[in-house]
Amino acid sequence: MTMPLMKPPRKNPVLRTRQMNLPPGARGRVALGLTAAAAEGRFALQVCADCGALQYPPREACHRCLSPRLPWQAQTGEGELMAATTLAHSNDLFFRERLPWRLGMVRLDAGASVMVHLHGDVGEAPARVRVGARLDRAGQAVLIGYPEKGTAHMADDTMLREMTSDPKYRKVLVTDGKSPVGQAVARAMAQAGADIVWVGHAEPWKQLPGLAELAALPQVTLVPLDVTNERSVNELAGEIGGKVDIVVNTAELHRSFGIAARRGTDVAKAEMEVNYLGLLRLAQAFGPALKGRAADGAMHATAWVNLLSVYALANFPAHGTFSASKAAALSLAQCLRAEMRGAGIRVVNVFPGPVDDEWNQNLPPPKLAPAALASAIVKALRDGVEDVYPGDVAQEWLERWRDNPKVLERELAAGGM
Amino acid sequence: MNTPTQDLLGGFALALAAGRIRVVDLTQTLSPEFPAIALPPEMGQCQPFRVEQISAYDERGPGWYWNNFSCGEHTGTHFDAPIHWISGRDLPNNAVDTIPPQHFVAPACVIDCSAQAAADPDYLLSVADIEAFEAAHGRIPAGHWVLMRTDWSQRWARQRDAVAFQNYDATGQHTPGPDTDAVRFLVEQRDVLGFGSEAIGTDAGQGYHLRPPYPCHSLMHGAGKYGLQCLTNLDQLPPTGALVVAAPLKIEKGSGSPLRVLALVGANP
Repeated sequence: MTMPLMKPPRKNPVLRTRQMNLPPGARGRVALGLTAAAAEGRFALQVCADCGALQYPPREACHRCLSPRLPWQAQTGEGELMAATTLAHSNDLFFRERLPWRLGMVRLDAGASVMVHLHGDVGEAPARVRVGARLDRAGQAVLIGYPEKGTAHMADDTMLREMTSDPKYRKVLVTDGKSPVGQAVARAMAQAGADIVWVGHAEPWKQLPGLAELAALPQVTLVPLDVTNERSVNELAGEIGGKVDIVVNTAELHRSFGIAARRGTDVAKAEMEVNYLGLLRLAQAFGPALKGRAADGAMHATAWVNLLSVYALANFPAHGTFSASKAAALSLAQCLRAEMRGAGIRVVNVFPGPVDDEWNQNLPPPKLAPAALASAIVKALRDGVEDVYPGDVAQEWLERWRDNPKVLERELAAGGM
Repeated sequence: MNTPTQDLLGGFALALAAGRIRVVDLTQTLSPEFPAIALPPEMGQCQPFRVEQISAYDERGPGWYWNNFSCGEHTGTHFDAPIHWISGRDLPNNAVDTIPPQHFVAPACVIDCSAQAAADPDYLLSVADIEAFEAAHGRIPAGHWVLMRTDWSQRWARQRDAVAFQNYDATGQHTPGPDTDAVRFLVEQRDVLGFGSEAIGTDAGQGYHLRPPYPCHSLMHGAGKYGLQCLTNLDQLPPTGALVVAAPLKIEKGSGSPLRVLALVGANP
């Protein structure tokens, strides 16, 4: 049984902070299909559309009938562990620094045999296991053999922790605690066992409900942070940047205007200042320290979460300038992910549908409760996923966008939701 | 042979150079942290002061340091022109670029309400306060600034307490300012140049609930008078005899601008 993770002792300041060496990260174009599914927490393999044969490893043509029609299909992952071994030596720097490391060969019930990293709670072969796909520290999909039935502290397995960003005992910065979502995220982080939750608040003279109650939580410390003010961002990064393990950027400005409904550009500019440039300022200030601490002990820096919007995928004309600012933020978040990946820091993009808050007052339900959004963020960190579409509206919107973005654009233009 | 005016200016310049005239800075420092006026969030907002580096002797510009800044016309210590308010929108020469420059240098009367404001953040300057001032210091001459000293500026200038400076509660802002009758008296009976205050506006924090709403903006600007707000160091000015230099930026059709406000006062003997 996995031992529950204990709060680690303080860092020994005379020892050098270890640097990150990534696991092998090269993947071919076809193999990235496995990564694309794992980024959303799914385990998918190719299945031949002509003969039905399951494919592993991913390939261009069916290993049985040579058909090129190999769509990806979700897998249950159930199978039998055929053989297991414990790596005691590796020339690969990532594994060399994390030995011993268990590996196994699993025969999936669906047909293929796959190599997996083995969870510590899986017994010796033969044994029933469940295979899932996770992103490793290089951001690429790897397969994991889990015990058939969940165990008490299985998330604390040392191998699995390399694939996830659990907030437990970590130090988290929530960039804006004035919004209902920011407050719900800060609470969720405290409940998830975060050691410290720094909560940013801009314009301290504006008293908004809930902040005082939040500040009363023992894990929570309010810090001045205005993402529109470069100096404010840099000062906070100077104060706490070297201790932050997870950044959750909840800072958001949301007004419900299209182009014609609001004269001028001041509101659109303010949205860009917070939603786009705010992310840029935060990334420039907090990114380097996060990258430098990606292998800093058991509680190393691990993740950056962006609160985007499903409107980043396709413009919702009723909230047109907000959508545009979120599309800009999505593009920048992809740049951030590319730059952070090389350091082993995960960038998690969250795409909620309409949140049940003041600025969506006139939208009919279903609307995502701030607490549900916060839970989805914690779950994403625990599961090590990269892209999250929490709630029914976001899921449905994503499905339509994937099916045909042009059709979705026309539906939205016609006043649909 | 010098003209009398040349003699006057020459003597003035000599007094300045000799330190017999002191220059008092009535300006709060423009910084990103200085509180900005806040309207209900669905309304248009005045941008706070923001500054971003262009270069600082680095790869972006090896030999020089400079910044870009942005702000609203009503950010920091600033000047209000009559065009700022709907009541003054059709007056001639009502914008910062067309106001006669002669008006940018003018004497000031400073009415000390610091004790009252310390006791009551919602303190309203009344006609009685003006009459008491005049009883002690003489009638307020036409064309003078009237500055309301409250020491409110110290909440930021000295204490760096933005919450206390803004002083919001659930019913809005609580800062001192003039009452409607006082404004009307200064405009109609004294023909002042304008009204200056230390808080974020020339009107009191609760000025929206006076009749008319925001009387200092409505009546002063409607009569072509000016406003100065977020002033500081008014405690260093004499009740009368200070000369205020307050020239806003020459923004085309500008409703106001941040500015450096200086007061010239006789040095203490």
